Amino acid sequence: MSTIAEKPKSTAKDFSSDQEIRWCPGCGDYSILKQVQTILPEIGVERQNVVFISGIGCSSRFPYYMNTYGMHSIHGRAPAFASGLKISNPDLSVWVITGDGDALSIGGNHLIHLLRRNFNLNILLFNNEIYGLTKGQYSPTSPEGKVTKSTPMGSIDHPFNPLALAAGADGTFIARAMDRDPVQLRDVLREASEHKGTSLVEIYQNCNVFNDGAFEVFTDKHTKANTTIFVEHGKPMVFGENQNLGLRLDGATPVVVDLEVGEYAVDDLWVHDKTDRFKAGILMRCFETPGADGQGIPRPFGVFYRENRACYEDLLHNQIKTAYERKGEGDLDALLRGNNTWTIE
Amino acid sequence: MPQRVSESKKEVTILFAGDSGDGIQLTGSQFTNTSALFGNDISTFPSYPAEIRAPQGTIAGVSGFQLNFGSIEIFTPGDRCDVLVVMNAAALKANLDKLKIGGAIIANIAGFDKKNLKLAGYLDQRNPLEDNSLGKYRVIEIDVTKLTRESLKDSSLGMKEKDRSKNMFVLGFLYWMYNRELAMTEKFLKEKFAKSPELIESNMAVLKAGYNYGDTSEMFTTRYEVKPAPMPKGTYRNMMGNQALAIGLIAAAQKADLPLFYGSYPITPASDILHELSRHKNFNVRSFQAEDEIAAITSAIGASFAGNIGMTASSGPGIALKGEALGLACILELPLVVVNVQRGGPSTGLPTKTEQADLMQAFYGRNGEAPIPIIAASSPKDCFDTAFEAVRIAVEHMTPVFLLSDGYIGNGAEPWRLKSAADLPKITAPLIQKPNAGDAFLPYKRNEKGVRPWAVPGIAGLEHRIGGLEKEDITGNVSYDPENHEKMVKLRAEKIDKIALSIPLQEFDNGFATGKLCILSWGSTYGAVKTAVKEMVEEGYSVSHIHLRYIFPFPRNLEQLLSGFDHVMVPELNNGQLVKIVRSEFLIDAKPLNKIKGLPFSSIEIREEAEKYFV
Ligand SMILES: Cc1ncc(C[n+]2csc(CCOP(=O)(O)OP(=O)(O)O)c2C)c(N)n1
Ligand code: SF4
Ligand SMILES: [Mg+2]
Repeated sequence: MSTIAEKPKSTAKDFSSDQEIRWCPGCGDYSILKQVQTILPEIGVERQNVVFISGIGCSSRFPYYMNTYGMHSIHGRAPAFASGLKISNPDLSVWVITGDGDALSIGGNHLIHLLRRNFNLNILLFNNEIYGLTKGQYSPTSPEGKVTKSTPMGSIDHPFNPLALAAGADGTFIARAMDRDPVQLRDVLREASEHKGTSLVEIYQNCNVFNDGAFEVFTDKHTKANTTIFVEHGKPMVFGENQNLGLRLDGATPVVVDLEVGEYAVDDLWVHDKTDRFKAGILMRCFETPGADGQGIPRPFGVFYRENRACYEDLLHNQIKTAYERKGEGDLDALLRGNNTWTIE
Repeated sequence: MPQRVSESKKEVTILFAGDSGDGIQLTGSQFTNTSALFGNDISTFPSYPAEIRAPQGTIAGVSGFQLNFGSIEIFTPGDRCDVLVVMNAAALKANLDKLKIGGAIIANIAGFDKKNLKLAGYLDQRNPLEDNSLGKYRVIEIDVTKLTRESLKDSSLGMKEKDRSKNMFVLGFLYWMYNRELAMTEKFLKEKFAKSPELIESNMAVLKAGYNYGDTSEMFTTRYEVKPAPMPKGTYRNMMGNQALAIGLIAAAQKADLPLFYGSYPITPASDILHELSRHKNFNVRSFQAEDEIAAITSAIGASFAGNIGMTASSGPGIALKGEALGLACILELPLVVVNVQRGGPSTGLPTKTEQADLMQAFYGRNGEAPIPIIAASSPKDCFDTAFEAVRIAVEHMTPVFLLSDGYIGNGAEPWRLKSAADLPKITAPLIQKPNAGDAFLPYKRNEKGVRPWAVPGIAGLEHRIGGLEKEDITGNVSYDPENHEKMVKLRAEKIDKIALSIPLQEFDNGFATGKLCILSWGSTYGAVKTAVKEMVEEGYSVSHIHLRYIFPFPRNLEQLLSGFDHVMVPELNNGQLVKIVRSEFLIDAKPLNKIKGLPFSSIEIREEAEKYFV
């Protein structure tokens, strides 16, 4: 019998703050909040070492609901706040909460620079394909033709493919999940938190007030099996109502095959390899919206890509360490003196 | 030996000018160091072409180094010069208007051939050295290029390399003219060329040739003597403004015992601060070249949240980009130092020229009621003390602080009497380690100074959320309550006002406590105003001088000091900014003196305007 009293394990409740949640009833943000609060105790971080940093938007209210350290910053700049925070204290578990407008419109610049620098932190990009907080204008992820308050004749903006964008910025962990599939969302979040480097998780999130049903074709239980595929490392790409469909690579082109016809078997399918940059790129490019009946390439979810690359804060602190080794701890008097003095007596 | 006279001078201003490739900066700084070692007081100002590789021989490619040294106290790099050294025709054309009537031109005639005259834009390639247009000046013509080559005729160096040392000839000649020793430059050359003894030898040979040329040539009958200045005893070094500023930031962070985080995006004339800080990582300095000015300031705020002292610097356009984040820092109440090394505006304006036109931007350039303390440096060496003070205020009062400098003092240099680390005051951060209300932590519970505690992530029990939404008093929770908002706006303003209790009372720089005219200056105009007032006071004018370091909040006694004068004059390198604030704050009829030419005031300009109050 151990005499040391075990510290009671924290629970999801411990991570929830006493502030009243102000999202609209039915908003997809609730589910994401819940999944995050659920996985944090599982991954074993302590509240005092966790910081949530957000920009501005409905989604960016998130930090107020977490009983951790948090900062609700300014529109689009959360990645830059997080960079400074992470340099200052690399040991913190840092989570950037951002929306499609916040991350990809006003904050697009900071996002790509964060990704290329590969700070060890996690970005949760709540994509509802709309500006929620400003009451329903189209966003950089809204599809062409989208009718919103600011696009009464339909949007003429070509939308971003956020994952391809992240790959273009050499992101080292790129994943997609959705609010309506909590199990998969938790899996992805857990893996994101384990990854050392910048983890970008795009989360499809329903804004039931201004863009209800934007992802319905992927979330509806009648269509979901045929329109989505959850990719897992080392596993063949099977999907469909009865696991009857699969994805094959024909050269560099993905094609859907029917496993029941007899022409192709599971062994012929594309096996997901999240360490393969090129194939992950093809997967990210699967971005057309498939028909509800399973026509076309399904929208992939899961962890697309994962790579180990040095993190900015480690490289910086290594340089600092080297500077200390080479020059010794800075001597303020020597700095004030410089290397050229004269004396007046 | 020619008959020689020695003339004594109180102060001398020399401007070295030539092509960027002529070694002008090096010549200037060598003369500076030698004169400083000799005991003169000195002030210097370099000027570079705006383009990196402007065409050789053209006006756009002229680089300059002005220095003012004397046996008296020196406060500026000099209004107009006594000696203008020009390595080519363009250098003469670009700088002739800076020479005093009767001043000396030392011209390298090799730089006045047809090609150079054409490049400099002299009409029909007319040589100004030959057409009597310089009758108001004393012209000393030297074929520097030829004499340099001659003195190296036994050297195995190539012609290009030989020509490169022609600046040493000029330096040697000036050392002769001003009775200086070659030892300091010899030491410098030995260190610089430690790996190539050949270059030490050749440069020394040319330096001596220049000196001997003065000594033996019949042409020169006068040498000048500038005696050491009555400088306070002590050990000195030369300090550039931006360098002093960076070192001041480091010193303050060390005195606060906290890491320094510096987020910055390159911009003229502030980049040197980034360069300097990046070299001192072993002082717990984390420098971060961000993707833009917004990321520079926001990363610094993130760092401050994590318990570092967040700092950032830029110039006008970059400060404009930081506006929204400044408001956030203000409402978060985290320490942050924001340096603006001002340049000519608006927009890209005059990037390599100086101006003081961002004062209103510092005061008001944010949405909402967002007061931010402002302090300003008055000279290159003062950048050290103001930087230290900016950090102190930011950390001890949990607020962003504006530190205003400008291109003139940022790039200028002067001797700085060493301070020792032990003499610098300690800075005490309001860090908190445990809950401040029983088991609870109240992040916006203030102390008697109105300052909230600084709780850094990593401490159990102090978890809290901060943000840009209005906060409830004490708890910091989001609040839209109208009464609360008004209260918070006032509390934040009061906190800034109370800084006035921690800063020294304003003192006069010169003159009596009452009188006819008070000149109220701030920032880099200090030297020119001081020089002008000093002369006028000596001549019996009823003039006094107040120079502000603390601009917001003002020192508590400023209003009372100003009330002792019939007139208050506010000279500024802008269209009238401090003067508006003084007028509205104190309801006095303060009068402006403005100059908006990208150039500093000369003391003559200040004096001429001041004299008008006495007619
Ligand atoms: C500088 C600035 N510009 C504009 C706004 C207004 N604004 C607030 S949130 C927002 C868009 C948010 O959209 P998104 O990031 O998709 O978040 P959502 O509300 O959909 O979660 C805008 C334009 C702002 N707060 N700040
Ligand atoms: S507007 Fe949309 S995104 Fe915002 S809280 Fe309401 S449902 Fe959620
Ligand atoms: Mg959105």
